[in-house]
Amino acid sequence: MTDQCTCGDAHTTSKVDLTPIEPVLERYADDPGGLIPVLQETQKLYGYLPKEALRAIAGVRCIPFSSVYGVATFYSQFHLRQRGDKVVRVCHGTACHVLGAPEVTRAVVEELGIKIGETTEDLAFTLESVACVGCCGLAPVMLVDGQTYGQLDIVEARRIAATLREEVAAERGAASSLANEGDPA
Amino acid sequence: MTPHAPTQGSTIIRVCTGSGCAMNGSLEVADAFEAAIAQAGANDSVRVVRTGCHGMCGSGPIVTVAPDGVFYPKVTLDRVTRIVERLVADGGYVSEFLFRPAEDAEPIVHYADVPFNAAQRRIVLRRCGVVDPEDIDDALALGAYDGLRKALETLDPDSLIEQVKASGLRGRGGAGFLTGQKWRFTRDASGEVKYVICNADEGDPGAFMDRSVIESDPHSVLEGMAIAAYAIGAHEGYVYVRAEYPLAVKRLRIAIAQAEEKGFLGEDILGSGFCFEVKVREGAGAFVCGEETALIASIEGKRGMPKVRPPFPATSGLWGKPTCINNVETLANIAWIVVEGAEAYASIGTGDSKGTKVFALTGKVRYSGLVEVPMGMTVRDLVYGIGGGCAEGRDCKAVQIGGPSGGCLPFELLDTLIEYEALTEVGAIVGSGGMVVVDHETCMVDFARYFLTFTQEESCGKCIPCRIGTKRMLEIVTRITEGEGQEGDIEKLEKLARDVKNASLCGLGQTAPNPMLTTIHYFREEYEEHIRSRYCRAGACTALSHYVIDAGLCKGCAVCKKHCPVGAIWGELKQPHTISAERCIKCGACVEHCPFNAIKRV
Ligand SMILES: Cc1cc2nc3c(=O)[nH]c(=O)nc-3n(C[C@H](O)[C@H](O)[C@H](O)COP(=O)(O)O)c2cc1C
Ligand code: FES
Repeated sequence: MTDQCTCGDAHTTSKVDLTPIEPVLERYADDPGGLIPVLQETQKLYGYLPKEALRAIAGVRCIPFSSVYGVATFYSQFHLRQRGDKVVRVCHGTACHVLGAPEVTRAVVEELGIKIGETTEDLAFTLESVACVGCCGLAPVMLVDGQTYGQLDIVEARRIAATLREEVAAERGAASSLANEGDPA
Repeated sequence: MTPHAPTQGSTIIRVCTGSGCAMNGSLEVADAFEAAIAQAGANDSVRVVRTGCHGMCGSGPIVTVAPDGVFYPKVTLDRVTRIVERLVADGGYVSEFLFRPAEDAEPIVHYADVPFNAAQRRIVLRRCGVVDPEDIDDALALGAYDGLRKALETLDPDSLIEQVKASGLRGRGGAGFLTGQKWRFTRDASGEVKYVICNADEGDPGAFMDRSVIESDPHSVLEGMAIAAYAIGAHEGYVYVRAEYPLAVKRLRIAIAQAEEKGFLGEDILGSGFCFEVKVREGAGAFVCGEETALIASIEGKRGMPKVRPPFPATSGLWGKPTCINNVETLANIAWIVVEGAEAYASIGTGDSKGTKVFALTGKVRYSGLVEVPMGMTVRDLVYGIGGGCAEGRDCKAVQIGGPSGGCLPFELLDTLIEYEALTEVGAIVGSGGMVVVDHETCMVDFARYFLTFTQEESCGKCIPCRIGTKRMLEIVTRITEGEGQEGDIEKLEKLARDVKNASLCGLGQTAPNPMLTTIHYFREEYEEHIRSRYCRAGACTALSHYVIDAGLCKGCAVCKKHCPVGAIWGELKQPHTISAERCIKCGACVEHCPFNAIKRV
């Protein structure tokens, strides 16, 4: 069987440097159940799972690319596309739901200008929902990278989202157009 | 062994650094305590211990002071110095920082006397909130690994299994299978190589007891695993932890390393010749991986899809070998049973439900958090006695028990006992222990839609009844919440639910209709109102509600008018304003900005 792929990508010339995953592949070479940890560590390195890396993993572990792709798309933790610098995750667990997660979500969606599951074009933000982060006693809850914010209401959620936008704008320099837009009216 | 007992006669300030309290700044508070103690020159007599979760997450950061057990909720940085000064001066407490059940009530001094704690019986959570989870010596001082020692030194595997059977302990992961029986099956299964797996996937959205146990007292789980391994004859184990719990993973790794160093895990444990090694596997975000066969597939590096049982994991599990898979809470009970004896455990609880159960009490309840109660308590005693009832003194409308596999109990049924059989009879389940309280602001149809959205998204797609059945049910319930419901929809839902329950491959599909079925059963009139009158009494379904301005409260400040994105509000300045139902897009911006709370959704 030839390794003819129909995805339309030109993967003869890899744009992604694959050297960082070599030690990872090595570490799990003898672990038959190692595919998921390998994918997890690969994602830690790149922030997402580049297709080139998936191919390399399939090659080294001697499994079909389709299997690797199948696993990578089964679990919601894995991402096949690049994500924003800041990942905002609004909890949609039961406790958060009854205490106002839908309203909080609406506020954040408006403030960041993207829907759940989307990434801003400038790769500043990714917005996601998560089913319970285990802080239900402080619902509704939102996570930004490692930081947790609890007992939110619409006003607080908006304020946090606006602050985040300002932070990103500042980080990226006042010259960018985003900086002007990021100033709250 | 009393929690909060003094260790070596010194004063200990215990600061909770569980996820909830840490979010509220407890790490800084702990640092501040250390600084204040140093400042007061009391380093020799007072020390700070950073503990895991106490359960009272809503009142964090939580601080207790041993040996007396003085309790301070919501400790902020500016309170630290005064607490320490008073403590160092005469060992007293600062009364204005103590817990008060109501603003004008007398303060409660001691941790054990707070209503939230008083009715609890802590076995699983015995060391949670007491010990430093990253320091094995702390746990050892309070009896960690005594159970393992006793098992290895005085019990052979068969009598150990008999003990666990006699205790009546049933699996706390949801299915409630007798733990001793499961161990028996795994021990009797043929094969040299066997495995123990700890299921820490905790998928029920709204439950966090497994997370708390691992983050606060990881050794209780590791000890339970080692005892299980000895009983069934396994030498290798895995803990499968949910991806969203990074702190639990970190603490577990630290605990494993420390236990190996002290000889409680690894080769020749406590000189008995028995070996047992534990590995940690992180989940990758799939609810269905909590199901045992799917979890095993996931550890094997595959897509986490369930398999038809039998064969059960006890005969053919990980890599086809006999595997004993137990929940975190189940395992955390084991050492206590070995130390205190099966009879002591079986004396707690009722009939076929022995021991205690940990619940994550959340939602519209005054004191939310983790509670461990003896089986046989009523739901009412838990929600009102421990949780303090609904926030703002309202009546609670329903209590959802068991998450996406469980059901909703209406207010009238709150006297139901917390027992496997009693709860199943009324359509709920003990389940993993999520308990969410809702009041009149929650629409029961929308609540059913919420759970169906969850199960539909998490359905792995392997079997058709679950994949398509949940989707069709969700579509129908959604259209009801959107005011498009039709006569006959309820009956259609009931029939679909039956089919999905009967025909699905795994527990996900078999229980997915439960939250909806119980809401239809107990709150049928709400479904009918949505369908026939296009009315949502909770005002929660956007399509069926509209905004009105209360002319009595409106001061005519025009703030709402300014914030309305579609110009749907008009009125003269200083005169009550009105909203045009036709123009309004129900974004809620007016409600959010009204300084007088004059706008309501009805
Ligand atoms: C869809 C689904 C999700 C489950 N999720 C969990 C879970 O998160 N944690 C857990 O311990 N058991 C879960 N279970 C139950 C497990 O399959 C299994 O019964 C349990 O881990 C056995 O341990 P126990 O006997 O100690 O309860 C789930 C079952 C199903 C069908
Ligand atoms: S439901 Fe949101 S943290 Fe648990």
